Amino acid sequence: MVAHAQTIHKQRHPLLAFAARWLFTTNHKEIGTLYLWLSFGLFFIAGSMAMLMRLELFEPGIQFIDPIFYNQVLTLHGLLMVFGVVMPAFVGLANWQIPMMIGAPDMALPRMNNFSFWLLPFAFAMLLSTIFMEGGAPNFGWTFYAPLSTTYGPPSTDFFILGVHLMGISSIMGAINIIVTIINMRAPGMTYMKMPLFVWTWLITAFLLIMVMPVLAGVVTMMLTDRHFGTSFFDAAGGGDPVMFQHIFWFFGHPEVYIMILPGFGIASQIIPTFARKKLFGYRSMVYATISIAVLSFVVWGHHMFTTGMPLFAELLIMYLTMLIAVPTGVKVFNWVATMWRGSMTFETPMLFAIGFVMMFTIGGFSGLMLALVPADFQYHDTYFVVAHFHYVLYPGAIFGTMAAVYYWLPKWCGNMYDERLGKIHFWLATIAVNLTFFPMHFTGLAGMPRRIPDYSLQFADFNRMSSMGAWLLGLTQVLFLYIVIKAIRKGAKATDQVWEGAEGLEWTIPSPAPLHTFQTPPIIAEDAVH
Amino acid sequence: MTSLAGGLKSGLCVLIVWSVPHAALASKFNMRPGITEMSVRVQQIHQMGLWVCIIIGLLVFGVMFYSMFAHRRSRNPVPATFSESLTVEIIWTLVPILILVAMAIPATTALRDIEDNEDSDMTVLITASQWKWHYKYLDSGISFYSNIATPQEQIDNLEPKGEYYLLEVDNPLVLPTNKKIRFLVTADDVIHSWWLPDFAVKQDAIPGFINEAWTRIPVTGIFRGQCAELCGLKHAYMPIVVDVRPEAEFDAWIESQRIAAELAGEAAVAARAKTWTMNELLTIGEATFVKHCATCHERDGMGQGDKYPALSGSEIATGAIEDHLGRVMEGKADTEMQAWAPQLSDLEIAAVITYERNSWNNNTDDIIQPITVYEAR
Amino acid sequence: MASTPRYYVPHSSIWPIVGSIALFLTAFGAANFIQQSTEKVAAEGSFGAPILFVGLALLIFMMFGWFGTVIRENLNGMVSPQLDRSFRMGMFWFIVSEVMFFAAFFGTLFYARIISVPWLAGAGNKLETHLLLWPDFAETWPLFITPDGTTTETMGPWGLPFLNTVILVTSSITITFAHWALKKSNRLGLGLWLGLTVALGVTFLTLQVVEYQHAFAELGLSLGSGIYGSTFFMLTGFHGMHVTLGTIMLTVMLLRVIRGHFTPENHFAFEATSWYWHFVDVIWLFLFTFVYWF
Ligand code: HEA
Ligand code: HEA
Ligand code: HEC
Ligand code: CUA
Ligand SMILES: [Cu+2]
Repeated sequence: MVAHAQTIHKQRHPLLAFAARWLFTTNHKEIGTLYLWLSFGLFFIAGSMAMLMRLELFEPGIQFIDPIFYNQVLTLHGLLMVFGVVMPAFVGLANWQIPMMIGAPDMALPRMNNFSFWLLPFAFAMLLSTIFMEGGAPNFGWTFYAPLSTTYGPPSTDFFILGVHLMGISSIMGAINIIVTIINMRAPGMTYMKMPLFVWTWLITAFLLIMVMPVLAGVVTMMLTDRHFGTSFFDAAGGGDPVMFQHIFWFFGHPEVYIMILPGFGIASQIIPTFARKKLFGYRSMVYATISIAVLSFVVWGHHMFTTGMPLFAELLIMYLTMLIAVPTGVKVFNWVATMWRGSMTFETPMLFAIGFVMMFTIGGFSGLMLALVPADFQYHDTYFVVAHFHYVLYPGAIFGTMAAVYYWLPKWCGNMYDERLGKIHFWLATIAVNLTFFPMHFTGLAGMPRRIPDYSLQFADFNRMSSMGAWLLGLTQVLFLYIVIKAIRKGAKATDQVWEGAEGLEWTIPSPAPLHTFQTPPIIAEDAVH
Repeated sequence: MTSLAGGLKSGLCVLIVWSVPHAALASKFNMRPGITEMSVRVQQIHQMGLWVCIIIGLLVFGVMFYSMFAHRRSRNPVPATFSESLTVEIIWTLVPILILVAMAIPATTALRDIEDNEDSDMTVLITASQWKWHYKYLDSGISFYSNIATPQEQIDNLEPKGEYYLLEVDNPLVLPTNKKIRFLVTADDVIHSWWLPDFAVKQDAIPGFINEAWTRIPVTGIFRGQCAELCGLKHAYMPIVVDVRPEAEFDAWIESQRIAAELAGEAAVAARAKTWTMNELLTIGEATFVKHCATCHERDGMGQGDKYPALSGSEIATGAIEDHLGRVMEGKADTEMQAWAPQLSDLEIAAVITYERNSWNNNTDDIIQPITVYEAR
Repeated sequence: MASTPRYYVPHSSIWPIVGSIALFLTAFGAANFIQQSTEKVAAEGSFGAPILFVGLALLIFMMFGWFGTVIRENLNGMVSPQLDRSFRMGMFWFIVSEVMFFAAFFGTLFYARIISVPWLAGAGNKLETHLLLWPDFAETWPLFITPDGTTTETMGPWGLPFLNTVILVTSSITITFAHWALKKSNRLGLGLWLGLTVALGVTFLTLQVVEYQHAFAELGLSLGSGIYGSTFFMLTGFHGMHVTLGTIMLTVMLLRVIRGHFTPENHFAFEATSWYWHFVDVIWLFLFTFVYWF
């Protein structure tokens, strides 16, 4: 095999060599790049689906896509954004950055790393292929509640289920790799309390993944047997309960939403100190806050199910626990502000995105807190208020976080600076568009517009029009982002090794672009060095 | 609750409703207070949450913006070096906890009252199915289906949309004022959710289980809501309309329904005795089809996609009458084609089948009489 | 070849992509095959079974190739203590994920027993559920009669299941003896104890098959017998699949022992297998307690 591994790179047709390089690679940087491009590609697909939905929602009545297709597009949009965009983007960043930030030569299990990645394109190809199947793609929302998805699901549901299994296997292997890398591969002297926060947040995220992805696998397996093998997990006639599906799903689903935000917290915690030229405030409390959020995330899943007829004590308990999450999250927000306080700030694009992240995530968090108040949730639940909440934490949260990270580390990856002017334009356009799209949704929700409908009554029309226009602007803005990235890769100005004046950390000690293999011999971290 | 206290409370409630400025009621930017004591309380909790968030937000963002202004490099070239303070960490852990406790208290008491389903004056069993509501007054035994009444032409933009586009039904749920009404909510097929914003009642309808909720309505009027859980194709087309009447009028309405039910029974007997002509059946059949079947099979009988089969040229709708009758009366298990026998009268079923067998490309010339349906039951 | 003295970073490898393709074919084939075999979709133009088959074959091929590579690297002395630790931690977290997979099914079992079945019989705030929807339904566990009237009998704990418990616990002991023997370079003892463990695993599986036959034929207990049958077969079935996998892993270890692999210091694969076996054993103890006994 050793000989084999070498022959692969022998002289071949350049196209073959290209394919072989990316298909067989075990290098964390190349795999990171693959993840990021996959995520970006799926962002455009899932985003286009959102554009379709916004087109239909521009006006009351059915104009462009019929309700059958709307439900399919809605489902695929949610599924792809969650599993295909945010998660792979964060794993891609982890792949690129974690070894460089902890001084490791590569991920701990490089071959498995390749396996984790290459499962994904197949999984999403399978998911997307359902559009062309008889009966259409899954049409039951990304939460696929039984029995709409079991007894009443279209035939393609089975492909969806198996696709989720593939994604799950990929995520679990990826998470194992990240945990093992962080625990086992840190350079000498890099103690836990010296780890950069991005590494910390990913350590905890990976733990969450290992704990909940298997549960998702379990619940889709039960769906499969309910559909085909006569089991009655989600059927009252056999002693089961459709609501049990929701319990198991949200036991996965709530930690999942923190999986989609914790790495973003880590990114903000890297970027804000750099551009404030001041150490991160309250490093330890940041770590403890992240751990608290993760622990609490396992016991609050019921807040998605307040209207399902849970007993009073369960509703109360879950309300209290959910509200409690605001405390550690608040600690994080306050610490970021304190980091900026009396710093010496400049506002390059990564910093702009990080600040946008902090602000708008907080707005989304606030609406989350309102949702946690059970009596009020009876009014909010399954309305656009919820849609507004989660897009605020997901778009200006997870996606802005990713974009901040890309602007921040891109010069290290490709050795070239991006176009700062365009970057700033991108930020401002995106910020305006995001708010134009998602802020009016709070109002439509409060006015009583249910979510997941292709057609609505007349009183919601003006806010929906605003949302739709914002959404198209947002879509165009992302095309600008693509252009900026490609331009930087192809012909940006040369970046220095440190790139950012205030940047600290191991990744800035190596050349830009980072050579394929870094830290072959581990750096020694001095006793008195700080995170 | 004694009747005096009850009277006082509902009196107070009416007062609240009236004292809330109409402008705020009509506000497009906020949650409506609704019209029941509970919905007003819920709205107050919402308002409290909103203000807490706005104030904290202003503080946090205020500090942030000030810092961005005052601590930019051009104004503060040398950054400070502090990076830790246990004191502030403790403060900004404890203060939010106190705020949260303060928020939790009214939410807890309100929730306790919302979940108190005891001592109701009347009970309505609400059963959801794709995509209609069935209401049954358990105290008087009256029951009926409630379907969307917005014409398909408005949805397809062929006609101007009415004021209550998508929020109108054929048979609204009629309720009396000032009674504690208990709702039992369940479903036949998938999960739906019965939501009436003005009562602040949203309760999921879970097949195989019954959830409870209650309301007490101080004012008369027409109130509208929608199904609030994705339940398949026509989730958007499952409105809820409640018609609240004074108690005496409500009782009269119940009585009239009872008489109507009796008459319908007699009419059914009469219908069975009569031999209907093709034309009569086709007229009734078309009306029935448009009302109940066209949502899925479409008016032109062509169905929709792979999922909703075309009836025009369908093997069943042109084949043996028994199969056709069976499919319509019993439906097909585990598909959206439900059993229509409990929902339609003999005459309607006979008519719709006759209609299906003699419309579009189907011309079997078969006539099905109500008596056939009656015997098949 | 090892590019650093400290840590061996393998160069590119074909096995992961082979594995991805294999899993994709398996999943795609399985979805189609399941649909056809349960008649949700017309069987004509059936392609599920062959694809599934090719996928599984490719998967096995991949495992031989991948593990073969790792074993060869190991024999060539490329495994540093740090890499060994990576493998161990990887295995540990893999087992954690497996525990969570079973947790989903145990959660289901407890939900059914503590919540859904009592609710259907009118407990808590679900009195009307009982009165209006399932008036004849009474709460029992195991659930002999489901709300819609399907009946079944239950599998008592003290026959085969108890015997199986004894067998699995014993096998956990024998594998530990094998491990001690390996550490003491007692190759004969290692082979014998390991062989015995494999034999116990096979016996367990055989008895499990007998038990399933008994359930189907005499008790009328199947996946379709309501929530009791559903949880019973999902839990014991997935456990059985894990025992099968564990037995295969043990067999491979036995073959490698016969070929003279493993030293007292370097035997990660053996240890990983034994951890896995212990994990399977512990799961069974939970199963025995909550599925059969209480
Ligand atoms: C990244 C993803 C993400 C994140 C981080 C969150 C964060 C939170 N979410 Fe959100 N949520 C989703 C994604 C996310 N959510 C999604 C996708 C759904 C819908 C799923 C679906 O149905 O399809 C959802 C739905 C959802 C619901 C269900 C609504 C319903 O369907 O009825 C609830 C209810 O409690 C909720 C609550 C919360 C809370 C309390 C937080 C908290 O973590 C927020 C904490 C943050 C703050 C509070 C702000 C900062 C704090 C301070 C400045 C401190 C001081 C503040 C106070 C003391 C007030 N969320
Ligand atoms: C990370 C998660 C994420 C992200 C980033 C987004 C991004 C967007 N989402 Fe989505 N969304 C979800 C996760 C996410 N969403 C989830 C989980 C649901 C729930 C699903 C369910 O109910 O089951 C949902 C549901 C949802 C709804 C509710 C539908 C309903 O309930 O009926 C709507 C409606 O407006 C919407 C809109 C948008 C828009 C306009 C964007 C935009 O921000 C997208 C912008 C990006 C692009 C547009 C791509 C880039 C550009 C191009 C492709 C070029 C072409 C451009 C043009 C043609 C203009 N989303
Ligand atoms: C909620 C959607 C829905 C409504 C409303 C509905 N149907 Fe159907 N119908 C279906 C579906 C789905 C099928 C296909 C069932 C299958 O075979 O899988 C079907 C099948 C049929 C068939 C058999 C057609 C064939 O060739 O297989 C007939 C006849 C029929 N419906 C008549 C009616 C009549 C009459 C009504 C109204 C009284 C009606 N349907 C209302 C969904 C609906
Ligand atoms: Cu019924 Cu949505
Ligand atoms: Cu949640």
